[in-house]
Amino acid sequence: MTTADTSAPADLDVPLDVEELTVAFPTDDGLVRAVRGVSFHLRRGEALGIVGESGSGKSVTAMAVMGLLPETAQITGSARVLGRQTLGLDDAAISAIRGKSIALIFQDPLTSLSPVYTVGKQLAEAVLAHFDVRREQAWDRAAELLDIVGIPDPRQRVNAYPHELSGGMRQRVVIAIAMANDPDVIIADEPTTALDVTVQAQVLEALETARAETGAALVLITHDLGVIAGHVDRVCVMYAGKLVESGSIDEIFYTPRMPYTLGLLGSLPRMDQARSQRLTPILGTPPSLLHLPPGCPFAPRCPLAADVCREHEPDLVPVAGGHAAACHFSDRLIEVTPTDLFRPTATDARVLAELEDDR
Amino acid sequence: MADIETRTAGPTLAVAAETINTEQRSQLRLALARFVRHRLAVASLVVLLLVVGFAFIGSMVWPYDHTVTRGVPSSVAPSWDHPFGTTTAGQDVMGQVMRGTQQSLKVALTVAVISTTFGALWGAIAGLYRGWVDNLMMRIVDVILVVPLLVLVTAVAGNVRGGTTWWAVALVIAAFIWTGTSRVVRGVVLSLREQEFVEASRAMGSTDSRIIVRHLIPNAAGPIIVAGTLAVAFAILAEAALSFLGFGIQPPDTSLGLLIETARTAPFTRPWLFYPPGMFIILICLTINFIGDGLRDALDPRQTMVRR
Amino acid sequence: MTTPLPPAAGVVAPTPSPVLSARHLVKHFPVRTRGILKRRIGVVHAVCDVSLDLGVRETLGLVGESGCGKSTTARMLLNLIPPTSGEVLYRGTNVTGLARKQMQPLRRDLQIVFQDPFASLDPQMTVSALIAEPLRIHGRYADGGREQVQDMLRTVGLNPEHGNRYPHEFSGGQRQRIGIARALALSPRVLILDEPVSALDVSIQAGVINLLEDLQDALGLTYLFISHDLSVVRHIVDRVAVMYLGRIVETGTTEELFTSAGHPYTQALISAIPLPNPHKERARERIVLTGDVPNPVNPPSGCRFRTRCWKAQDICAVEEPALVDRGQGHPVACHFAEVRPEII
Repeated sequence: MTTADTSAPADLDVPLDVEELTVAFPTDDGLVRAVRGVSFHLRRGEALGIVGESGSGKSVTAMAVMGLLPETAQITGSARVLGRQTLGLDDAAISAIRGKSIALIFQDPLTSLSPVYTVGKQLAEAVLAHFDVRREQAWDRAAELLDIVGIPDPRQRVNAYPHELSGGMRQRVVIAIAMANDPDVIIADEPTTALDVTVQAQVLEALETARAETGAALVLITHDLGVIAGHVDRVCVMYAGKLVESGSIDEIFYTPRMPYTLGLLGSLPRMDQARSQRLTPILGTPPSLLHLPPGCPFAPRCPLAADVCREHEPDLVPVAGGHAAACHFSDRLIEVTPTDLFRPTATDARVLAELEDDR
Repeated sequence: MADIETRTAGPTLAVAAETINTEQRSQLRLALARFVRHRLAVASLVVLLLVVGFAFIGSMVWPYDHTVTRGVPSSVAPSWDHPFGTTTAGQDVMGQVMRGTQQSLKVALTVAVISTTFGALWGAIAGLYRGWVDNLMMRIVDVILVVPLLVLVTAVAGNVRGGTTWWAVALVIAAFIWTGTSRVVRGVVLSLREQEFVEASRAMGSTDSRIIVRHLIPNAAGPIIVAGTLAVAFAILAEAALSFLGFGIQPPDTSLGLLIETARTAPFTRPWLFYPPGMFIILICLTINFIGDGLRDALDPRQTMVRR
Repeated sequence: MTTPLPPAAGVVAPTPSPVLSARHLVKHFPVRTRGILKRRIGVVHAVCDVSLDLGVRETLGLVGESGCGKSTTARMLLNLIPPTSGEVLYRGTNVTGLARKQMQPLRRDLQIVFQDPFASLDPQMTVSALIAEPLRIHGRYADGGREQVQDMLRTVGLNPEHGNRYPHEFSGGQRQRIGIARALALSPRVLILDEPVSALDVSIQAGVINLLEDLQDALGLTYLFISHDLSVVRHIVDRVAVMYLGRIVETGTTEELFTSAGHPYTQALISAIPLPNPHKERARERIVLTGDVPNPVNPPSGCRFRTRCWKAQDICAVEEPALVDRGQGHPVACHFAEVRPEII
């Protein structure tokens, strides 16, 4: 347990700076390398989206930064919040950072809300902890915050317990508490995955309001590319514990340079298009993090895979300005659409058969 | 449109892509492998087999049996001739323990099998149907549980013919103890029936009996096995109490429990009468318990096992 | 015996002889107090007057959020739950509330694929046993059952040699394929798909969706596709029915619904689905509903959507709007139906 790094000045322009973060979990079957060297920097007021499917390591990254992983986790690298190192801090030190500088929003709002206190009380406590006001003012602010996040009848809801509210409302209460703390960074880990679509829209709007009011930067972790498209400025794509592509939102969505990103975009059904094309799935399944083969982890599923891919894992290198991709053949992906690269088949066995026929 | 060379991928793409990480073995071999991994269970199995051998084969070999025999000195401490000593009446304790183990094992295993089977079915039916069926069945269970075993036995003892045979006492104990299993199984079934795979089975046209036998009971195997092992322990001790009261195995025949009961006053004066049968009771209960643990693990396919 | 049915009220483009029909289905679940004497203190209005037709080889989408009654409707169609009132007709015959024995032969024709690939497969049965179960139940296993099971595995894209393994050894997408293989074992005509891809990763969803499309073409299947994900629905479905709090609020062909939706709830639903297209996402018109879904034990009078609707007027509380064409070209249940083009 190291003591807090108080010597470095608080760097207000970079509220969150993660450098070569790795996380490994020892298990009965071996060492699971959940995160294998992730680096990203968040600028003030910026919104960063971390996209990945299950097993990509995106949630583990956030939890590592926040010191929420179990003791057995092996963490290396650096994660600085406003210049202060958070990895390896003891519980008291990191609790001080959590809540004040960083607000956390999880998938299940009940993780953040205490079931035995009313919503109003929890909000008022948060306000009182950060602002020097009287009790009544804190309660007024609590009702005001509930209104800002779009909860109807805020004056009455202030006296409700969390279990009396629906999932969407609870999540908005969590966002309200986050606003009360006036953080520098909001980390939201799959905040809307468990919610209905119309409720998701409400919660995301509340999140936008929270950002506007507090000027906080945002790290939005999700598997939903649609949510990312509308709410972030920059995107990092994770696969098998590493960043495989990062760039601005337009760069990632319109000119991806890593086959996985391309495949991901091609496998999405589009609500804004009449059904014209078949979807192009990515065949196979993500690799086991226990026994990662050498080379690029995406190679077994990649149509471009060559021997070099199976031997050397590509680094995340810049391909154009702020756009970086981890692929040996990223230059081949300029102006390529998913259907150029992936086949619109349904089953892997059929691909096998087709390839046999082609010979 | 860019010209992408995708043929370089080759069939290795598809084959490598669709992988499952475990090696294939047949169900039985997998279950055996899981059981074997449980070293305590394997050791217990060996010990139990030794005990069974001791009881059944040993009694054929050992020169003395459990009855009073001429030429057997009375009240002798353990010696080479009589490793467990002798009783005041002139019985070789080793012969007694052998016979006693036989009878106790017979009773205990019969009770375990009957009570577990009946209790599991009862609990599964009650759990699956719910409503008034469940209510009725569980109230019957409650009534049986409320009545003390000994009162039940004395009421029954006078009417049952052959009250002194081992299978009669086994039946009586089973008739009492199945209730515990039924409650446990009902609890498991109540949660299982909400699972989608039960609904899927119905959607295919399964009958209720098929759902109970093929889906609910196998998925409740863990608790059923545990209930079974507990039944064994209970049965041995219950049999002792009943036999002592006159219902069940009577002298000159003997059981482990009866041996313990008659030697109740002896632990300090003539310990060889008390400790050997006591040790065997403990051995049997412990080994069955650990074997049950091993079986439970062996039958659960979700145990992560043998991954290469 | 099989007289042609009059088309269900409010169902657009009525098909000449629908394979599966629901007529005014209603399902109320009683809410009881706990204890020995369970008194009924209320009723959950899960499904209220739902009628729909499923034409041969078509895919009907049943869309709505949680609690709207779509899963309950599906289960009533399969006779897994008895309706409180209303009828289910299969190829013209009334099959509502049939006893298990009479329902048995029909179960071959009507099958279901569940949402949760983890819970819908019995964890202690091997994959082959799982797929063989429907064959065994209907006495079809003895004659070439083993080969058929292997065939099914191949059809859904799995290796037949993996039949000896247990469900937990497979990934989510593979398990869902096993569920599909099981549903197809008896060569059904109608497949009800209850959120079949919602629990899967995005890149895996596409493979399963393609598989479902291929199977429909190859086997001539009719699908009832239940989902809350409108992107998937637009891709795979021919006609759509939108449900809210137990009622159908709008139906139409997929094109009609997405280009000219008339009901405010449909519009809100479409507006809420995020598009993976940053420019469009920023340019879209957003409709954010206020409030929560009302409690189904006490649904609002008149139009059930009025508590969250920006167009609500007095008449909405008094008169329940009928599901009829109000100028959009397809039935809409709203007094003030109006198209809003910018939501996509």
